[in-house]
Amino acid sequence: MKLRNLFLTPAAALMVVTLVAPLAIVCVYSVLTRGAYGGVELPWTIENFTRLWDPVYGVIFLRSFWIAAVATAFCLVLGFPLAMFIARSGSRKNLYLSLVILPFWTSFLIRTYAWMFLLRDTGIINSALQALGIIREPLPLLYNDGAVILGLVYGFLPFMVLPLYATLERLDPSLLEAAADLGARPRDTLVRVTLPLCAPGIRAGAILVFVPCLGTYLTSDLLGGSKTVLIGNVVQNQFTAARDWPFGAALSLALMAIAMLLLFAVRKRGEELL
Amino acid sequence: MRRGLAVYAVFAYAFLHVPLLILAVFSFNSSRFSVWQGFSLQWYRAVAADGNLLESAGNSLIIAIVATAIATIVGTLAAYGLWKPRRSGKRGSTWLSGSMYLSLVTPEIVTGASLLALFQWIFRFMNLRLGMHTVILAHVGFSLAYVVVVVLARLRSYDRTLEEAALDLGATEFGAFYRVTLPYLVPAIAAAAMLAFTVSIDDYVITSLVAGVDSQTLPMVIYAMARRGVNPALNAVSTLVVFGLGMLIILSERLRRT
Repeated sequence: MKLRNLFLTPAAALMVVTLVAPLAIVCVYSVLTRGAYGGVELPWTIENFTRLWDPVYGVIFLRSFWIAAVATAFCLVLGFPLAMFIARSGSRKNLYLSLVILPFWTSFLIRTYAWMFLLRDTGIINSALQALGIIREPLPLLYNDGAVILGLVYGFLPFMVLPLYATLERLDPSLLEAAADLGARPRDTLVRVTLPLCAPGIRAGAILVFVPCLGTYLTSDLLGGSKTVLIGNVVQNQFTAARDWPFGAALSLALMAIAMLLLFAVRKRGEELL
Repeated sequence: MRRGLAVYAVFAYAFLHVPLLILAVFSFNSSRFSVWQGFSLQWYRAVAADGNLLESAGNSLIIAIVATAIATIVGTLAAYGLWKPRRSGKRGSTWLSGSMYLSLVTPEIVTGASLLALFQWIFRFMNLRLGMHTVILAHVGFSLAYVVVVVLARLRSYDRTLEEAALDLGATEFGAFYRVTLPYLVPAIAAAAMLAFTVSIDDYVITSLVAGVDSQTLPMVIYAMARRGVNPALNAVSTLVVFGLGMLIILSERLRRT
């Protein structure tokens, strides 16, 4: 066997076992009937997909979309100036960049828990506001959509900053000088020169943030409480407590289809992640 | 403009880092409430006495080390294979790089649920159960794509003619890989292993679906504690984990520089 094929075989086998086969099973399960004790049974049916159109799930899909979109927008707005700051900080670039990457290396779960600690009724924000006499009753900061969005922005901000930084770094400064020489105000330069040139970075960042936010399970479960149910939570529930695997499979496929469509819609020819 | 950005950056960095600092500070608080009452190590003692926590931390370490070792070796070989041109001149295996891409964009919850479905289906024919082995297999699966991406990025800046020179001088194909290309890849392989280790040791969503009763991992125990509400012992565990991972990152940076 050629060396190249020999080297590719173990990875190919692992991808078949851990990705291709599981997704194939999900596809099959999605057109089967739920068994009496969980599991799956014949006959074949498309009922699991028609159930997706039930308004109950429509609302959940829309909410998930909305929350992921808002979180992505916040990441972009908060991340862009930060990426710009890093790109323009000369010799300290690497230090500032590692300060953004560092939280990415530490546990996502623990960073989510940190916000539970800060936002709860007896948490440090409410305690401080009460001690200062600004509020009497604790503010309901935890267990709502706002807390979920905050947690997602906190968790995924580095994913936005890194691609933005990569494009800003490559940006030719003489283009900005040219714009200024030709009489553009700094704001015009930003809107009409810098931002359009950063489009690839913005696209990459938006994908890297939006896709995981859309399927989020952990953040909404911990920070949203029982009030904020998103697609990820419904999928998890179908595969565990509800024991309705066929419907869980159909939901998973719908979630993946949306993610794929978005990727193809946003991706430009010639831009490769791999 | 410049000063505006700098002021903004201070706030942005505070947003990224202060929450964890507060968490760490209050792990040394003698009160269980968010009011500072004095320094105490009682929550760390509580952690040290919690057998369940320690056992899960041990499981997490075993899983992360084994999964990282497998994913790093298999992923490095795959990246090299994808980089190497075919005889026919076409680019590497497209379905394999496509499935790597798919693995990176599949939502975690879907990965976990589909693996669970596969394992349960296989268990119909074999007398096996969920346990450490299923968790390790799942972890190898989702960290493989990360390893390939990191190693492939380094290969892109590698001069192909070096390998050709080795072949011209009589090296075997494997010899050229092992003695010329592999040494060049070492920093990327180390970075990829670090990445695989951190995603493995931190994973909750996929692990919770494919773990058995005897293979609870640290994130699973942390998650269960967090769902029950805030608990200073959890602050102590979190501080230890963040500190441990931080040390590991600094250590690997040092190794990379030398």
